[in-house]
Amino acid sequence: MLEQLVRLGRIGIGSLEQLGRGHLLLLHMLAGISALFTRPRLLVNQLYSVGVLSILIIAISGTFVGMVLGLQGYYILSQFGAEQTLGVMVAASLVRELGPVVTALLFAGRAGSALTAEIGLMKATEQLSGLEMMAVNPVKRILTPRFLAGFIAMPMLAAMFSALGVMGGYFVGVGLLGVDDGAFWSQMQAKIDLYDDVLNGVIKSLVFGFVCTWIALFQGYNAVPTSEGVSRATTRTVVHSSFAVLGLDFILTALMFGE
Amino acid sequence: MIDDGSLVSIRNLRFYRGERAIFDGIDIDIPRGKVTAIMGPSGTGKTTLLKLIGGQLRPTSGTIHVDGEQVDRLGIRDLYRLRMRMGMLFQSGALLTDIPVFENVAYPIREHTGLPESLIRKLVLLKLEAVGLRGARDLMPHELSGGMARRVALARAIALDPMMIMYDEPFTGQDPISMGVLVKLIRALNDASRLTSIVVSHDVREAAQIADYIYIISNGKVIEHGAPDAMMNSASEWTAQFMNGLADGPVPFHYPAPGLEQDLLGVA
Ligand SMILES: Nc1ncnc2c1ncn2[C@@H]1O[C@H](COP(=O)(O)OP(=O)(O)OP(=O)(O)O)[C@@H](O)[C@H]1O
Ligand SMILES: [Mg+2]
Repeated sequence: MLEQLVRLGRIGIGSLEQLGRGHLLLLHMLAGISALFTRPRLLVNQLYSVGVLSILIIAISGTFVGMVLGLQGYYILSQFGAEQTLGVMVAASLVRELGPVVTALLFAGRAGSALTAEIGLMKATEQLSGLEMMAVNPVKRILTPRFLAGFIAMPMLAAMFSALGVMGGYFVGVGLLGVDDGAFWSQMQAKIDLYDDVLNGVIKSLVFGFVCTWIALFQGYNAVPTSEGVSRATTRTVVHSSFAVLGLDFILTALMFGE
Repeated sequence: MIDDGSLVSIRNLRFYRGERAIFDGIDIDIPRGKVTAIMGPSGTGKTTLLKLIGGQLRPTSGTIHVDGEQVDRLGIRDLYRLRMRMGMLFQSGALLTDIPVFENVAYPIREHTGLPESLIRKLVLLKLEAVGLRGARDLMPHELSGGMARRVALARAIALDPMMIMYDEPFTGQDPISMGVLVKLIRALNDASRLTSIVVSHDVREAAQIADYIYIISNGKVIEHGAPDAMMNSASEWTAQFMNGLADGPVPFHYPAPGLEQDLLGVA
C-alpha cells in the first residue's frame, strides 16, 4: 500500500519535472528567435525539411479526405434534397476541423517523429555536447530554427490540405455525382465566413504547430541517449502530439464556436 | 589560491552520479604550456573530468578554475566565451553527421568569426593537412573510419587556435603510423603555439612518451602524480601495476560486484 503510494508520488514528481523542463526548453527556444533574423538561411533550410518535404503526404491525404467528404455528404444531403449545399458542407468541415486536425496528426507522424529522431540521435552521438564545447548553443542553433519552421509550416500545410480537400470534394460531387457546378461554389462563397471559419481554422493550426513542434523537439532533446531511448522518444512524440491535438481541438472548438 | 603556473586548477572536487561518488575530493593542477596526461582504469571518470573542466557538468562540491575563472560559477555567456578558447576532442569524435568533413572543420570558424570564404578555405585545408586528411575533405562523416573521424575532430578542435585542448582518448583506433604522427602532432601543436594540452588515455606508452606530467586517478582519488620517469619507477605498487599493465595488483579489473561464485549459483 505504502509502496504504491510512493510509486504514485514518484510518477507525479517525474511528470512535474518533465513539464518544468519542457517549459524551460520552450523559453530558451523562444529566446533564440531574435538571432535568426541575422541568419535566415537556418530557418529556410528547416522550412524545407519540415514543411516542403511534408507537402506530398498532406496533398494526397487532403485530396482523399475531400473526396470521401464529397461522397458521404452527397448521400446524406441528397436525402433531404439539399445536395446543392455540398460545397458548404465539404468546405466547412475541412476549414474548421479536418484541415487543422488531420494535418497536425500527419505532421506529428511525418515531421515530428523525424525531428525527435534527429535531435535524439544528435544527443546520443555527442553532437550536441560537441556544439556546446565549440561554444555554440545547441538550443539556439539547432532547436530554435526547427521550432519556428514547424510553427510557420503547419498553417500553410493545413491550408493546402483544405484547398486540395475542396478540390477532391468538387471532383466527386460535381464531376461524378452531378451536383450543380455553380451551386457548389456560390453556396460555399455565401456560407463560409472569413472570420468564423477560415480565421478560426488558421488559429487552430497555429496552436497545433506550436504544440506539435514543441513536443517533438522536447522529446528529442530529453531522450535517453541510446538507440532504445531515441526510439521510445519518437513513439512518445507521436502519441503525445496526437492526444494534445485532439484535446486542444475540443477546447478550441468549444471556445470558438460555442456560444 | 590559484598559482600562476597552472591554467587549470581543481580543488577538493567531488562529483556524484546518484549515490556513487565518481570523484571524492581530488586536487589537480594542469601547468600552462605543458602536456598533462590523465590516466586511470576504464570507467574511473576521465571523460567526466574533462566535461567538468569544460563546464558541461557541475561539481557537487569543490572548485574548478580555468585561466583564473571559476568554471562552475560562470553564467552561460561567460562560459561560452571561455569555451571559445578551449578545444575538446571527444572520444567518439562527435562530428556533425549531416555535413562533410570540410564543413565540420569550418564550422567553429564560421560560427565565431566573420572571415571571408577564401581565408576559411585556406585555414580549413591547413588544419586538415596537419592531421593528414586534406584528401578526405569531401567525405561525409559516415564514410570515415573511427580513427579518421577522431583526426577530423582534432582538426576541428584546433580550428580556432585555442589556448587549451582536451583530448579524450586520442590514440584509440589509430594504426601504428597514424599513432606516431598523432603523438608528434600533439607535441608539436603544444610546443609551437604554447598551447596547454590535457590528454586522457590509458595507452601508457604513448601517454608517457608525450606527457610532461602525469596524473593517475582511480576510485575517485588521485593515486599518484609526477613526471613520467618518476611514475615509471614509482615505488607504489598501484602505479607500478598500472604503468606496466599487470593484471595482478591492488587495482581491481572488475566493476564492484558480489563474488562470482555467489552470482553464478544465484545465492542472494
Ligand atoms: N550519464 C551518466 N549517468 C550515470 N552514470 C554515468 C553517466 N556517464 C558516466 N557514468 C558513470 O560514470 C563513470 C565514469 O564515466 P566516464 O565516461 O567518465 O569514464 P572514463 O574514465 O572516461 O572511462 P573510459 O576510459 O572507458 O572512457 C562510469 O563508471 C559510468 O558508470
Ligand atoms: Mg571516457
